Amino acid sequence: MALDRATVAHIATLARIRLPEAELEPLAAELSQILNWVEQLSEVDTSGVAPMASVAASGLPMREDQVTDGDCRDAILDNAPRTARGFFAVPKVIE
Amino acid sequence: MSDWPAALTALSLAEARDGLARREFSARELTENYIAVVEVVRPLNAFITETPDQALAMAKAADERLARAEGRPLDGIPIAVKDLFCTKGVLTTAGSHILDGFHPPYESTVTEKLWQAGAVMLGKANLDEFAMGSSSTTSYYGPVENPWRRRPNGRAGDNRPVVAGGSSGGSAAAVAAHAAMAATGTDTGGSIRQPASFCGIVGLKPTYGRCSRWGVVAYASSLDHPGPMTRTVRDAAIMLRAMAGHDLKDSTSAPLPVPDYEAGLTGEIRGMRIGVPREYRVEQMPGEIEALWQQGVDWLREAGADPVEISLPHTKYALPAYYIIAPAEASSNLARYDGVRFGLRVGAASLDEMYELTRAAGFGAEVRRRVLIGTFVLSAGYYDAYYLKAQRVRALVARDFAKAFEEVDAILVPTAPSAAFAIGDNTDDSIAMYLNDVFTVPANLAGLPAISVPAGLSADGLPLGLQIIGRAFDEEGILRVAQVLESAAEFRHLPAFIAGKT
Repeated sequence: MALDRATVAHIATLARIRLPEAELEPLAAELSQILNWVEQLSEVDTSGVAPMASVAASGLPMREDQVTDGDCRDAILDNAPRTARGFFAVPKVIE
Repeated sequence: MSDWPAALTALSLAEARDGLARREFSARELTENYIAVVEVVRPLNAFITETPDQALAMAKAADERLARAEGRPLDGIPIAVKDLFCTKGVLTTAGSHILDGFHPPYESTVTEKLWQAGAVMLGKANLDEFAMGSSSTTSYYGPVENPWRRRPNGRAGDNRPVVAGGSSGGSAAAVAAHAAMAATGTDTGGSIRQPASFCGIVGLKPTYGRCSRWGVVAYASSLDHPGPMTRTVRDAAIMLRAMAGHDLKDSTSAPLPVPDYEAGLTGEIRGMRIGVPREYRVEQMPGEIEALWQQGVDWLREAGADPVEISLPHTKYALPAYYIIAPAEASSNLARYDGVRFGLRVGAASLDEMYELTRAAGFGAEVRRRVLIGTFVLSAGYYDAYYLKAQRVRALVARDFAKAFEEVDAILVPTAPSAAFAIGDNTDDSIAMYLNDVFTVPANLAGLPAISVPAGLSADGLPLGLQIIGRAFDEEGILRVAQVLESAAEFRHLPAFIAGKT
């Protein structure tokens, strides 16, 4: 399948990656080439085959609901680009 | 460099361990030698961060334990850590600009186990950005160079440096150049085995669930496998034992006991049935790879194994399935890099704009490409046709292996379809780059253990590896076969750029 500029711009918005106008066309060509190549999967008869999400044993293991970690707010905030009064700080969201 | 201390760095991990236990040299001496080599090999760009002070402190603690005869399995062994493993308080980058300045407040399970076993951290090894690549050229910190060079009389006039493979290229280059005794790697589509093949070392991708993924920067969670990279098969066995084990912090970690892999290296493979899958004879495979593969079959037969031709009919579709599943998982995993809690932030007036500008500035071209592909194949209207289709094909690839393992004990194939290529080659064509992983990706889709062993040289004088794939959780079996191959191949060649030789 060939992606056009508009589709690339749309998926870039979904992925929250700003793309300059000039890069839409070349990226559309690159991504289309990759998609055309993966489409060879349509040759494979997969009727009746269940999708495989993981090779790990199915079903997540259960464990006791215990506190094993925590009380390290400052250590975590140390990595943040901006903090305020013990919180992560971001541009204003609500007027 | 007349008094170059190459003798200690030339030892294998097993030899160094035994020398340390006998107090023939100290962990401090060994570590100092390695720190010196790490500095000498800086032109290879194998390390993003060097941690000499930490290394010396860890060596001191190891020496104290050794002096009290309380030595641990890896006491005083200097290793490199792929910069995808979070290390407490030590810069962790994943080779990406977007993790600028990230100092994890926690330690990955695998590295924690290695430190508990006494290993010494020399530094954080360079890699493809977020482990996405087969050449270690997409790192924000620049490409890794392979310590090997083409023979001057090889391909006419082409003396360009070659890639170390990827994504664990820094780990592979460091081990090959004797700048680390061993290293950790991760393998999502071949990222341990292919660089091991390109750099002439041993690389082991364990079974999915054998080594915890906790604290490893996630690329494609259902395909990511941490594992060891070493100079010998015995060293891989020793490293794996220290790295493996059940971890409550990783819900996909296998609750199984960890065997003594080294004790399993009996050299005995008589009667083992070795599968040789006809579908791996791909078009345009270089004659020298085909010849080496045949040589490997002959070596195993001479050792008493029984090679049998088998069929893995969906092999051809593993790679395209991988290039849907891995980007899909990546697009989800990499959503966390938003400039809020860690790493890079590009300031903006609105939150959405901050996300978009931060991710545009922070992700390199290949990461961006995979996130976009992944976003597309997961989007409404395309999810069934691409993502679910790929997962169904994945099930068929896994089924092929399950059937094959009803009649064979292990499978022998080449590791990669070529030797290392020049830095800069294959960069304009994504698919040409992806084809590097054609022989390694199937074991990731099926979660099976696989190991690459250096087995010969290309006409240009570059290393080539052979790969053994085994049954789930039968690392003992593939290590045993790998050691037989290693003994038969007698690979004693050394790279051009190495401690004591430069």
